[in-house]
Amino acid sequence: MNPVEHWQERFAGIEPGAPWLAARRQKALDAFVEAGIPSTRVEEWRYTNPARIAKTAWEPAPVGPELDRAALEQISYPVFACSVFVFVNGRYAPALSTPPALGGHLGVSSLAADPSDENLEGRLASVGEAATPFANLNTAFFEDGAHVRIATGKHIEEPLHLVFVNAPGDDPIAAHPRVLIEAEPGSQATVIEDHVSLGAGSSFTNAVTEIVVGENAEVEWIKVQREDPTALHVSEMRARVARDGRLTAHTLSFGTALTRNDGRVRLDGAGAACAMNGLFVAGGDQLVDNHTWVDHAEPHGTSSELYKGILDGRARGVFNGRVVVRPDAQKSDASQQNRNLLLSRDAEIATQPQLEIRADDVKCSHGSTVGQLDQDSLFYLRSRGVPLDEARDLLMRGFVSEITRGLSVEALAERIDDLVVERLGMARDIPEEAR
Amino acid sequence: MLEINGLRARAGGTDILQGLDLTMGPGEVHAVMGPNGSGKSTLANVLSGRPSVEVTGGSVLYKGKNLLDLSPEERACEGVFLAFQYPVEIPGVSNMYFMKSALNAVRKHRGESQLDAMDFLQLVREKMKLVEMDEALMNRSVNEGFSGGEKKRNEILQMAVLEPSLAILDETDSGLDIDALRIAAEGVNALRRPDRSVLVITHYQRLLDYIVPDYVHVLAGGRIVRSGGKDLALELEEKGYGWITDGASA
Repeated sequence: MNPVEHWQERFAGIEPGAPWLAARRQKALDAFVEAGIPSTRVEEWRYTNPARIAKTAWEPAPVGPELDRAALEQISYPVFACSVFVFVNGRYAPALSTPPALGGHLGVSSLAADPSDENLEGRLASVGEAATPFANLNTAFFEDGAHVRIATGKHIEEPLHLVFVNAPGDDPIAAHPRVLIEAEPGSQATVIEDHVSLGAGSSFTNAVTEIVVGENAEVEWIKVQREDPTALHVSEMRARVARDGRLTAHTLSFGTALTRNDGRVRLDGAGAACAMNGLFVAGGDQLVDNHTWVDHAEPHGTSSELYKGILDGRARGVFNGRVVVRPDAQKSDASQQNRNLLLSRDAEIATQPQLEIRADDVKCSHGSTVGQLDQDSLFYLRSRGVPLDEARDLLMRGFVSEITRGLSVEALAERIDDLVVERLGMARDIPEEAR
Repeated sequence: MLEINGLRARAGGTDILQGLDLTMGPGEVHAVMGPNGSGKSTLANVLSGRPSVEVTGGSVLYKGKNLLDLSPEERACEGVFLAFQYPVEIPGVSNMYFMKSALNAVRKHRGESQLDAMDFLQLVREKMKLVEMDEALMNRSVNEGFSGGEKKRNEILQMAVLEPSLAILDETDSGLDIDALRIAAEGVNALRRPDRSVLVITHYQRLLDYIVPDYVHVLAGGRIVRSGGKDLALELEEKGYGWITDGASA
């Protein structure tokens, strides 16, 4: 059976929800079927072959195992478990979650709890167009997800922590986590979206997050992807930022067999701003691909992008950054940087900026660098007694600090530093047959 | 302490040291002077183990051990310290964290206990007085945005923290104004001990007004061409290098 037929057949087995949602799912499936699985002849997929995902007959993820809080804390971070919302194999796990006690200021609910919610009808799957066929697949198949609303004018101090636990079994499983974040005018919040694995096994995570930043609202979104090193992970974040709104998106990817992140932000009102920061770490035969797209649709918008990658072994990295400045978007200011550290001779990075400037009074800059660990710095550290391995680790931590410094959640920033070193070690240790 | 015999070394495809001999006893301060290109920095780099310098002949014994067999970090753990002519800037790595890692690596080698952040802070505060360094510099990235004088003081501070047996100062005076020079030199003098030797590499006599050497050597054409007491430095200041090196390069 070809992959498209496989998904069509599985579609018959899902619970479609309210009529509006069922219709939306069908439409998404139709779009997926019509587009099919792209080949590497399509520019967007030149380096990341979707056939690697499509060749497996993924089964919808079953209800995950019973997980207790202690087991969760083993794989996630207890340190900022202020208000945690946990999903296991794409389904809400209320027993593990501690919803925020903030009354009407912050609402978090499971999308499945009330999918007929009329409030959702005009909102879910309303931010932009699906960038990849996989995002359509998510709309057709998602079982559950988080709906986060921050009320007008409210500042939520503590970060909200969404944890998506991937618990593979004997069959290869696919989970389609879904998140919708709505920040009403003048509100402010930090949302951490954390993707982790419970045990190894063949798994495919296909996540979609939609973010609506209202007028003068501010959202910090931090996605941490650190599933099992053999997992496949595709994600899409689509955001719309209204007048004077600000979005800071951090996409932090820690070595899985295949990771593809698409981030699309539309600056939809005058003075809207976004910062897109990314960190990617891969080793062994892993591949990590980041595609970003910032759409300056209105004047006085600001966007800044900084993506930093560390690649070891035979790992491949891709950074493709597209910036569009529309004719009306005068006085736009866009900057884009991609800096990469290659730790081995066989690691590769393909970096490609794509600027489409259709307004004449704008400021745009971009740049990319590829380098190795600085030999003079290594010698300096060693000459003080620091062993070679530790000296390398120190320099890597130094390299990523530009990204981690930007995280408002300090406890997370510290863990990210450790994770860089840990994950590169793990990628080196994957046995040949598991690759 | 240190016994260098017939040392030959290449860097960047050129033979630079061509049979250098030098012997230093414990507690002694030796100055190596010489014109540009004579091999001064190459000597410092060979002793500290910089990978880009290739030793092609001769031997270096340090406390009776073959120094050339040791990695740079092993040399540091054994008590060899190089104050860099151009200290490296390392963005994103805090000066405090770096020095703590270095000291703990050296302490581990010596079989001493590891210092935690609080213990280290206390120790480094004490040592910072020596070089009149602002504590704010400890929380910055290593040497990043430091002035020339701050970088050199940071080197002397590391020396004070690591307490080496053999300190090599590679043109510590270059690019320093007289005040910064005085502070750096006083830091070094405060660290002089009967069991600690100092090798001062410099182009100018000026530094030796502050760090008074027991012996002065003139390096030219990759070899020591003349040795003497501290008066030799004054003579060089007066007459230049020409009167010695003209004969040596032949």
